[in-house]
Amino acid sequence: MSQSASQPMDAQILEAAKRRRLSFDNRYIAPLFITFILVVGHLSYGILESYEKTGIAILSALVAELVLGRIFFGKWLNLASAYISGISVGILVRSPALWPFALASVLSIMSKYVLRLKGRHLWNPSNFGICALLFLAPETVAALSVQWGNFKWPLIVIWTLGSIIIWRAKRFHISFTYVVSFFAFAFLRSYITGDSWWAEIAPITGPMYQLFVFFMVTDPKTTVKSTFWQCVVVFFVAFVEMLLRLNHVVHAPLYALFLVGPTAMVIEIWLESRRQANFGKNK
Amino acid sequence: MDKKPVRIILAVLFVALLATPLAIRRIAARRAAATAVRDATSALNRYGFYLEEVGEASKVKFTHQAPTLDRRLDHIMPQVASMGAGVSIVDFDRDGWSDIYVTNSGESSKNALFKNMTDGSFKDVAPELGIADVNQAGTGVSMGAVWGDYDNDGYEDLFLYKWGKPELFHNDAGKKFTRVTDKAKLPEWVNANTALWFDYDRDGRLDLFLGGYYSEEVDLWHLKTTKMMPESFEYAKNGGRKYLFHNLGDGAFEEISQKLGIDTRRWALAAAAADLRGTGNMDLFIANDYGISELFFYDGRQFREVGNETGVGFSPKSGMNASLGDVLNTGRYSIYVSNISEQGVLIQGNNLWVPREGTGGDGLRYDNLARAMDVEIGGWSFGAQFGDLNNDGMLDLYLVNGYISADREMNYWYDFSKIAGGNSTIISDAAHWPAMDGRSLSGYQQKKVWLNDGAGKFVDVAQAVGARDVYDGRSVALVDLWNRGVLDVVVANQKGPLLIYKNNVAPQNKWIAFELEGSASNRSAIGAEVRLVWDGRQQVQHVSGGSGFCSQNQRRLHFGLGQDPRVEKAEIRWPSGKVETIQKPIIGQTYKIKESA
Repeated sequence: MSQSASQPMDAQILEAAKRRRLSFDNRYIAPLFITFILVVGHLSYGILESYEKTGIAILSALVAELVLGRIFFGKWLNLASAYISGISVGILVRSPALWPFALASVLSIMSKYVLRLKGRHLWNPSNFGICALLFLAPETVAALSVQWGNFKWPLIVIWTLGSIIIWRAKRFHISFTYVVSFFAFAFLRSYITGDSWWAEIAPITGPMYQLFVFFMVTDPKTTVKSTFWQCVVVFFVAFVEMLLRLNHVVHAPLYALFLVGPTAMVIEIWLESRRQANFGKNK
Repeated sequence: MDKKPVRIILAVLFVALLATPLAIRRIAARRAAATAVRDATSALNRYGFYLEEVGEASKVKFTHQAPTLDRRLDHIMPQVASMGAGVSIVDFDRDGWSDIYVTNSGESSKNALFKNMTDGSFKDVAPELGIADVNQAGTGVSMGAVWGDYDNDGYEDLFLYKWGKPELFHNDAGKKFTRVTDKAKLPEWVNANTALWFDYDRDGRLDLFLGGYYSEEVDLWHLKTTKMMPESFEYAKNGGRKYLFHNLGDGAFEEISQKLGIDTRRWALAAAAADLRGTGNMDLFIANDYGISELFFYDGRQFREVGNETGVGFSPKSGMNASLGDVLNTGRYSIYVSNISEQGVLIQGNNLWVPREGTGGDGLRYDNLARAMDVEIGGWSFGAQFGDLNNDGMLDLYLVNGYISADREMNYWYDFSKIAGGNSTIISDAAHWPAMDGRSLSGYQQKKVWLNDGAGKFVDVAQAVGARDVYDGRSVALVDLWNRGVLDVVVANQKGPLLIYKNNVAPQNKWIAFELEGSASNRSAIGAEVRLVWDGRQQVQHVSGGSGFCSQNQRRLHFGLGQDPRVEKAEIRWPSGKVETIQKPIIGQTYKIKESA
């Protein structure tokens, strides 16, 4: 019986391995999508300030990941995540100097290895790197805050494609909750400030938010585990963003994620360790 | 393996990297502190010059007024009505002393022509000469003016560009001005912020380039719609059209821009023209707000846009100035474009486009060396001009800045950045823009006087040499107002006074100047070049028909020479193609040279 039972099991394993070989690794979807955004944006509108800056950002992230991964885990890590961090820095950081691109990328990757709690890193890497430079070098660094191009179609394509990819990655609920919350809070801000609702929703029509919604708030490594709490956390990101916006903070979404994301992670880690401690006691 | 020591090292490195920006800032602050002298004598000893504001002492009383546009723009009026203070230099009566023309932009406000009385004072003669009352209701308001002798009668004529009806005034021998707009066949309405005279086809008659900002369909006093703002902060193509008026020689002009390949609707704010490739043809550079700059090479028949391939039209910014200068003394022009930089919000950085070594002709390529040469961050920058302020033989750079100085405590940057990121349907409609409510937007900024050290760096000495105003500077012009062999500085400020900075230069630094008059070439000699060779160095300058932002320098070409110079020659290249050389010219003189027949 055991033999007869093991035969289908082996077949299943073989089939799964075959499927893995033939199917596309989900880890590469996000890097491909962000590259798609970059290439389309650049070919259409020339969004890159220079090839050098984006190149330096990506290269710095990749090298940092390779070196640190080798040191800490003794192996060459998959570079998909580092690539996303680097390219995000390359797109989102705006500076006439070259060094902020390298520094933001390296800080992003290092934050994963330094700012850890119970084996998990707390900040979304590129969010950390970019916020650090916005805090520390405002005279040289700003974040992307302007529109790419003038047309609706690229916007619709990016949002649609992004949604499909995020859906496939089972993170759509996070992006969706954030977008719905943003619009709701935009109404509220408009009511409070008296500014046009169009002005309040203007930022989300820009490219910074495309990256923020699809790549930053959904980062699997720096979001809490349960689907429900992921939605709650991202709602709070939008809420804190609203508070910051009411206080005229220019880079409100980046700072909101910087504040809320790690807080949620710490709470989750604390709750988990408490649960494990209780489980140990009961055992 | 125990990872703890590695983690500690990594943490230390991490903190060190976080501290890096702070260290860089500290070093920059130390450098700035090192230039901080505050008295004239120290400035003279250290930098070779100091500036003294003498506007009031010179009897120049002029304060720019902004227009009041359609009421539907009330909530963002300071932002929309934020330009119009222009200054251009002319010797309108050919008495050998430079005069100053200043534009005003309030409805029914008066422009001024300050005649140089040669005794240190000026007198506004615009009303009696008929070029003051040019901002009457229904005709629009002035944005700037450029002077050029379009009919080669020896007297500089006035082209006035407006948000409104552009006007041409013929200079009647310096005695009065006659409006000849209708005869010239100029368009009914252009919302222009840049214009320049140049003889693009070298037929000996000055032609005219005019660059629209807002679409010419828009009457800013009577809006049909509030959807008249740029459709994008960086990729807008819904601005005003461009005009190239070919001088027919009988007082009329023919508009031929599209026929010759200049067909763009970017939001032009500045333009400059010169022979950038050494072909003998004039090339045209346009700095655009809300987008990339454009460079047009002229091949003798057509203009061809080459911004992207030359490198100057790649990265979209907020171009507000175009000035040309041989900053490295290589005999080639660099192009300075001013943009916006606001700490922590928007760091575009200004551009200094320097011709790449080894490139030229149609293969000319530029590199942006603004950062490397320290002329990158200038706040919300507007007009800039190159000129040798201390006569040391290197071109320096004077930059004015400051957008809207209102409430000192509250600023509009948050709202500005919010809307600037919006899709075209949002940003292009003024009704969607949040109200300014008296807030500043990059206001009260310190000017930049960048001194060229001759070794590839500029040092900001503005505070040290006395350029300490914080008005909303728009336009700057350099001119030797009192024929002393130095460049004085005239600054037009938005909703602010006209400033005259008298320059006091250390006498050990020598100079030479050239005043050119064309014969086969246009009489203003616009486009003519002087290449001066001295002490193994060279510098090229050209007579400009308009540069900077809404400004025009003196036509006289002023060269600083440094101490004990030995001048080898001055080579003059006329627009007609003729080349004349003066061997061993005498220093400390202004050469008046007429093109040989």
